[in-house]
Amino acid sequence: MTETIVIAEIVKGAIHPTTAELITAALALGSQPVVVVPCTDASVADGASQLSGAARILAAKSDVFSNYDAAGWASALDAVAPAGIIITSASPQSKDLAARLAARRGISVVQDVVKIEGGNLTSPIYSGKAMQTVSISGNAVVTVRPNVFAAAASDGSADVSVVDTTGNVATAVQEFMARASTRLDVAEANIIISGGRGMGSPANFTHLEAIADTLGAAVGASRAAVDTWEDIPHSMQVGQTGKTVNPNLYIAVGISGAIQHLAGMRSSKYIVAINKDADAPIFQHADYGIVATWEEALPVLQSTLSTMMA
Amino acid sequence: MANIIVLVKQVPDTNARIVLSGDRVDLSAVKKVMSPYDEFAVENALQHRESSGGEVTAITVGGAGADKVLKDAKAIGVDNIVRIDCDAQLDSNSLQSILASVISSLGAEVVYCGKSAADTGAGSTGPGLAERLGWASVSNSTSVEFGEQLSVVTPSAGGNARINVPLPAVVSCDKGNIKVRKPNVKGIMQAKKAQVDVRSVDVPVSTVSVVAHSMPPAKPAGKSYQGGAAAAEVAQLLRDEANVI
Repeated sequence: MTETIVIAEIVKGAIHPTTAELITAALALGSQPVVVVPCTDASVADGASQLSGAARILAAKSDVFSNYDAAGWASALDAVAPAGIIITSASPQSKDLAARLAARRGISVVQDVVKIEGGNLTSPIYSGKAMQTVSISGNAVVTVRPNVFAAAASDGSADVSVVDTTGNVATAVQEFMARASTRLDVAEANIIISGGRGMGSPANFTHLEAIADTLGAAVGASRAAVDTWEDIPHSMQVGQTGKTVNPNLYIAVGISGAIQHLAGMRSSKYIVAINKDADAPIFQHADYGIVATWEEALPVLQSTLSTMMA
Repeated sequence: MANIIVLVKQVPDTNARIVLSGDRVDLSAVKKVMSPYDEFAVENALQHRESSGGEVTAITVGGAGADKVLKDAKAIGVDNIVRIDCDAQLDSNSLQSILASVISSLGAEVVYCGKSAADTGAGSTGPGLAERLGWASVSNSTSVEFGEQLSVVTPSAGGNARINVPLPAVVSCDKGNIKVRKPNVKGIMQAKKAQVDVRSVDVPVSTVSVVAHSMPPAKPAGKSYQGGAAAAEVAQLLRDEANVI
């Protein structure tokens, strides 16, 4: 059986749970997953050994991995990863790494894969307005959208071997600027609650923030809200010219569901829509649609969630 | 003085409906525009020129129809426009190879591009090109300060990082707080007269081939409720049925 290299997703120095989904994707290619864990301390890789289906674990140990630099990470991983198809998460950082790693090996990269069938790979194009299925000959680097493939079970016991590596770091972090709030960014969160122009004013976003803090969620916004209100920064924008997100749960409040916005969030696992207009297009994409004003619905949602999460 | 390159791509208008003809997308009726993030790349390139002096060259890959996006860039203020003549569907390896060969022959200290193109959404070109050129790269930049090195702000877990980027480098651009300039009448007149420098290249064989296009799978109809009180039931279902909280 051929081997597929899975690059473990590393967030703040730890293995991110989405790595278990990458194992499932590798198995769907009909190959044995070899998990390469970029780390500065090899004990980080122990977390990968229980991933069911992983053939073996390589802890790629290097100081290069203390901060993200595309050139450094790609060269250090290239030195460790065996030849074969390489799979990474389609997070913004790993898409960047995947492109660089593919170029280093003179192979192509296929980004944002949501389906693997008969060796063919399917990804959204035109921001999800259509799908593209491709075939690959030879090796490639493949990035897999989070929250699409089922997570592999965690009853495995693969052997971990440590490989020291080094790479050519090109850039240097000058300063890290932590967000003022501890709330997650929409690109990082598994739950997102977003507001649109239907929220009436940027001040009313505090109601979304309260629910976000109850759920450990991020607060997003539609382009209409970002364009209308200066207080709503572009970093919150979900949609075609903002961020494309794939959370487990997306709650859209006062968002009509313009094609622009749908493009950035339609592949969320579950979608809740709250809008006073029963004809709003967002309802066609919602798993749970509530026709109501936000003033009616959000206090009920907040108090119910507070009780549940307590 | 710097030789600054900006990559631009023509894509379907992002508001356009995408339709299929058989098992391929049919873009014959769709208006084409400059990919939105490329506009931020052009703006960064022009600001870089204003800071350091030098020239900005816009490059695209495509057939003669792609000249339009170069003329648009010229109208905004780039100095030179280059089209790599290739109308074929390219995988990332082929595309980056031909870009790297033309950029090497032109000579440049910095390349700006959009963080991703609005059609593929892949975002592979910037980092992949940098690797082929042996340059530094940083992706999803929201702010660039120009100097002997670039100082670039980019998202990082839990916030943002300010990164020192030595030149030569490739920077892929997000929107950030940047305001893009619009073409003026003089620019539009100049763009009309401007000559496109057309380059022919050998194109490597693509190893990734499109099998089919399709529409996204339809979602089964969800549950709908009237009135805000239903939010309590929905919250409970998110735990009991959807298992997401």
